[in-house]
Amino acid sequence: MSAEELTLIEKTDKNISEEADALTNSDAAVNICDADEYSVVYERPHTLLDVNMHYCPGCAHSLVHKLIMEAVEELGIQEDTIGVAPVGCAVFAYDYMNVDMQEAAHGRATAVATGIKRLLPDKYVFTYQGDGDLAAIGIAETIHTINRGENILIVFINNAVYGMTSGQMAPTTLAGMKTTTSPFGRDTSVYGYPIKVSELISQLPGSFYVTRQAVNKNTAVRKTKKAILNALNYQKLNKGTCFVEIIGNCPSNWKMTPLESNDFIDEHMVKTFPLGDVKLPGAEDLKQLNQTGDKQPC
Amino acid sequence: MKGNEALAEAAIQAGCDAYFGYPITPQSEVLEYLAREIPKYSTKEHIRVVLQAESEIASINMVYGAAGAGFRVMTSSSSPGISLMQEGISYIAGAELPCLIVNVNRAGPGLGTIQPGQGDYFQATKGGGHGDYKLIVLAPSSVQEMADFVFLGFDLADKYRNPVMILSDGAIGQMMEKVTFGKYNVHKTEKPWATTGKPESRGRNYITSLHIQPEKLEVHNLKLIEKYKEIEKNEVRYEEIMTEDAEYIFVAYGLSARICHKAAIIAREKGIKAGMFRPVTLFPFPSKRLNELAETAKLFLTAELNSGQMVEDVRLAVNGKVNVEFYGRLGGMVPNPEEIVNKLENLISKENVS
Repeated sequence: MSAEELTLIEKTDKNISEEADALTNSDAAVNICDADEYSVVYERPHTLLDVNMHYCPGCAHSLVHKLIMEAVEELGIQEDTIGVAPVGCAVFAYDYMNVDMQEAAHGRATAVATGIKRLLPDKYVFTYQGDGDLAAIGIAETIHTINRGENILIVFINNAVYGMTSGQMAPTTLAGMKTTTSPFGRDTSVYGYPIKVSELISQLPGSFYVTRQAVNKNTAVRKTKKAILNALNYQKLNKGTCFVEIIGNCPSNWKMTPLESNDFIDEHMVKTFPLGDVKLPGAEDLKQLNQTGDKQPC
Repeated sequence: MKGNEALAEAAIQAGCDAYFGYPITPQSEVLEYLAREIPKYSTKEHIRVVLQAESEIASINMVYGAAGAGFRVMTSSSSPGISLMQEGISYIAGAELPCLIVNVNRAGPGLGTIQPGQGDYFQATKGGGHGDYKLIVLAPSSVQEMADFVFLGFDLADKYRNPVMILSDGAIGQMMEKVTFGKYNVHKTEKPWATTGKPESRGRNYITSLHIQPEKLEVHNLKLIEKYKEIEKNEVRYEEIMTEDAEYIFVAYGLSARICHKAAIIAREKGIKAGMFRPVTLFPFPSKRLNELAETAKLFLTAELNSGQMVEDVRLAVNGKVNVEFYGRLGGMVPNPEEIVNKLENLISKENVS
C-alpha cells in the first residue's frame, strides 16, 4: 500500500468518526434509527443462542443450525419445537439452538424422536444427524422410523466423512476419496459404494418429502432454507417423515480451505449426490396444507 | 394370571404412558398384552402408546425420548435383548431419566436357552453398560410381586430420577398365580426438566449425558453417587422367613427364593434350624441386615440359578463373620428343594467333622 493510499484511508476514517461524533452530539442522532432508509436487513434469529460455536471455520454445520432456527422463528414455533442432537460434530447442537432438545446415543436420534413425537404429537420434532450417525450405525433406526412414517423432520448433514473423530471414511465417502481410514482412496471393491440415503428412503411409503440441498453458495443456502421451512410446515399434515439431506463441507477433514471445500461440492460431491427434490408431496396434500389457513412459507 | 400378564396389567393401572418393546421369549406376553389393552385406554387428552420397535436398541432409545419428554415409560425384554439395551440404559442413567426396564431373565451366555436363569445378576446390579452408574433393581418372586413392583418401580424411578429394573426370570414370568390389584393412585411427579417445548417463561431444557469437561463430569458423577447413597439409605427391602432362631440361613432371590423357602421348611422338619433371607432390592443390597444375621447364624447358603453371582455380595456383606457357601444350577435347570437341603446337610456334616 502506498503512503498516498494510507493517508487517504486515515482521512476517510477521520471523516467518518467526525461525522459520527457530529451525529451523536446532535438531535439528528435521535431520529437516525427511525429513518426509513435504515432498516435491519439481517440479524441472528432469536432462536439461536448468542454464543461462540465450536465448529471449524467455514463448516456447514453452523450455517445449517442458523437456517433451522430461522425457520423455527419465522414459523413462530419455538415453544412447540423439540430437537434431537446426534453424536458427531453436532453433538453440542443443544448449546446453540434455543429450543428444548435431547442428546441421543450414536445413531439413535430417530428412535429418540419417535419416543417424543408419539407422546407429543402436536409438537414439531426434528433430528439433526450426520452421515456416520444416520447412514452407518443408525441406518436401521433411520429406515424403520421413516417406514413407520413418523411425523418428524430429519435433517441429514452429508459431508462424506466422520468429522468429530477427525475424518475417517463414512458410508457416504465418495469412491476414490481419501480419508484417514481410506488413505489410498475409497476402494469400492473393499468398502462398497457411497449410500444415497435420500434415494433409498424415498422408496418407503412412510417418507413424505425428501430433498437434497447444499449450503456452499448463496442460492443453495436459500433453497435449503426453503426446504427446511417446507418440511417443518408439512409436519402439521401428519403425512409422514420429511427428510432434508444437506451436502455439507468439511474443510478441516477434507484438508482444504473453506472456499476450496465449497468448490469440491460442485465439482465432485454433486456427481454422486445430485441436488434437488427426490420426493415431493402431492398436490392434494398441499391443498390440505393451504386449507389449514397457513401461508406456504416463502 | 401369568406373571408377564400381571406385570403388563399393572403397567396400565400404574399409569404407564408408553411401552416400547421387541418380542423375545420368555416375555413376549408383555408386549402382546399391552398391544391389545393399551389402545383401549388411550384418549385424545391422555395419549397412551404401545409400539413394537425394530429392535431392543430402538426400544430403549424410544424410552429415552419419551422419558426425557416427561412421561411414565417402560420396556421389557429378556437377557439377550437386555444386553442390546445396555448402551441406552447407560445413557438413561447418565441423563437421569426415570423409567422402568423389565428383564425376564433366561439362561445364557449368548442365545443360551429360553428357560429361567439368574445369570444377569451382575449385569443388573453392577451397572451393565459402560460408566459408573446404578439401577434400582427389584426382584419379584411371585406373580403378585410382578404386579406390585411395577407400581413401586415407577414411583421409585420418579422419586430418584433413576432407571429402575425389575429382574425377574422365565419361571416367574410364565407361571400362573392369583394376583390382586389394589387401588393405586398414580403419583404425578413434577418434571420441570422435561423437554416439552420451551415456553418464553423458562430457558430451554435439554436432556444429555455428555459432560465433556472432566471437572464437570466429575461433579456429575459425584452427584449420581450421592443419589445412590440416598437410595441405599432409604430403599433397602428384604424378606425373612424363620430367621429369628436360624443357625443356617438360605440367601436367595426370585425363583430361587421360592425353592429355598420350601427347603427351609423341609430342613426344619428334619430338625435343622434353617431360615431364609430374601433380598427384594438387589440394589440397594440389604448388606446391613445380612451382617446383623451373621452375628448369630452359623452358616449362610446362597442358592442361585447361575455360577455364583449374588454370593459375592453376601460375602462382602458379612465380611468374614460367617461362612458363606453356594449352590447353583445352570443352563435353565431348576433345583428342587431337596437338592438344596442335601447340600446344606452335607455342609453341616463337614462342619461337625472339622
